[in-house]
Amino acid sequence: MIEVENLTKHYGPRKAINNLTFQVAQGEVVGFLGPNGAGKSTTMNILSCILPASSGTARIRGYDIFEHSLEIRKIIGYLPENPPLYPDMSVRDYLMFAAKIRRMTGKQTGTAVERVIENCSLKDVGHRIIGRLSKGYQQRVGLAQALVHDPDILILDEPTIGLDPIQIIEIRKLIQELAASHTIILSSHILPEIAQICQRVIIINEGEIAAVDSLEGLTASLRKSDRLSLTIRNDGNKVEEKLNSLKQVLSVLPGEKNQFLLECELNSNLQDEIARLALENQWGLVEIKPLSLTLEDVFLKLTIEEKDVKA
Amino acid sequence: MRMTWIIAKRDLGSFFNSPIFYVVTTVFLIIYSFMFFNILNFFSFQSFQARQLQAMGMNLNLNEMVIEPSLQNMSVILLMIIPIITMRSFADEKKMKTFRLLLSSPVHLREIILGKFLACMIVVAVMILISSYSVGFLFLLGEPEPGPVVTGYLGVLLMAGCFVSVGIFASSLTDNQIVAAVLTFGFSLFMWVIGWGAQAAGSTTGQVLQYLSIVDHLDRFLKGLVDTSDLVYYLSFILFSLFLCHRVLDSNRWR
Repeated sequence: MIEVENLTKHYGPRKAINNLTFQVAQGEVVGFLGPNGAGKSTTMNILSCILPASSGTARIRGYDIFEHSLEIRKIIGYLPENPPLYPDMSVRDYLMFAAKIRRMTGKQTGTAVERVIENCSLKDVGHRIIGRLSKGYQQRVGLAQALVHDPDILILDEPTIGLDPIQIIEIRKLIQELAASHTIILSSHILPEIAQICQRVIIINEGEIAAVDSLEGLTASLRKSDRLSLTIRNDGNKVEEKLNSLKQVLSVLPGEKNQFLLECELNSNLQDEIARLALENQWGLVEIKPLSLTLEDVFLKLTIEEKDVKA
Repeated sequence: MRMTWIIAKRDLGSFFNSPIFYVVTTVFLIIYSFMFFNILNFFSFQSFQARQLQAMGMNLNLNEMVIEPSLQNMSVILLMIIPIITMRSFADEKKMKTFRLLLSSPVHLREIILGKFLACMIVVAVMILISSYSVGFLFLLGEPEPGPVVTGYLGVLLMAGCFVSVGIFASSLTDNQIVAAVLTFGFSLFMWVIGWGAQAAGSTTGQVLQYLSIVDHLDRFLKGLVDTSDLVYYLSFILFSLFLCHRVLDSNRWR
């Protein structure tokens, strides 16, 4: 569906993105993850034919983004970081305009607008002036604008930014519903969101792809060790030392309030050993908990390790 | 063409929703009317004198003495007011980031530019139409020649088209409306006075400068003369400015 090959974009001497190559299959939901300025928005702008690439190509449904940009613009819906809203228009007028410039005609337009107003829960504000709406509603109008012509492909740049938690859940639900019939690329800072919605994650750092994988794949490949957290009651002495004496423990990190973070070898299942130590030394065991790698850790690890290599 | 109209219609909506249009139109009408009635007053004073001195009566002509100077005055007011109408066209879209909606839609750049041009032209045409009550007034009271009136308005409209096209071009250069307005006013005024250099320059250069001057072509329209060379001048002026605007917006994407 979407094939990106060696996509590069310079802003003057600065490389915003460098040699990006990835594919997105039909019906897939792909998450773009990366720190600010990593090149997420640039990539999305290129894919929606707003910016041209400096070199490399991208094809969407076989259409080249440079040669057939008009065809592509018919089948994508794009929500930029700042929703492109005319503050002096009413919600309904604005969506009508958005539908019309996507070359929808006559009756189609009306029904399409009513449909997105319904889907994005904009019914109460249909007649209101966009400039006077809250940020949350504005964001939803922006999303409605991207959906109004029922595009096959949705490119959403941080769709839940600036929303309150309830609205975020609603929008996520909406995106999940859309995922059934659309190919979606979305970027986000909120990692659990990506974990929830996306089947695949593309992590971009400093304009380059740091990793492309499914969520499970990413966490698994990065798990070089198991992690346990140990909490005890008594401030026993030599706790660190004794923990370190266990063979499979790689490192011990004292946390706050008698808490310790242990890194152990993979699949070492040290809980029993640690419990025995705690009993013997009367530490007053409170909790032993295995810690799994969250997406947040994956993200940090990838982007930080990348930096280390460069430095 | 349909896309052009859709874009023009949206722009018109935002003109008529904002106070700018009403303020600009009011100011335009007040100044124009003040000038018009002063001219008319002077004319009636002259006619009154002419009745007493029969010999002067020959030279009194409503077209030449009232309509022509009024339209000339109107073109000066337009020069100052059109930059305010055109300044928003692209500058505002860029500032509000709404330009991305247009760029990511299946619309050609030329359709966007023509839409913006059309919207501004309609606004200017509406202003001129309202002000034409003055000439209607003359038709009620006297008997001016209709021919030169029609060509005169055509000339003013064409000249306004030049100012609008410059304004659209200037607006594409920046995301600051004030900068766009000042550039438009400056460039239009320069094209207005460029003919003044004709005398100082040599004969060939002088002729070129004279031809380039934007008002020079208006005079013949006001006298009732539609000359191909004037038409060609105005139309190519408009097309060239819009073409430059297209280049600028296209190259913005490439930077």
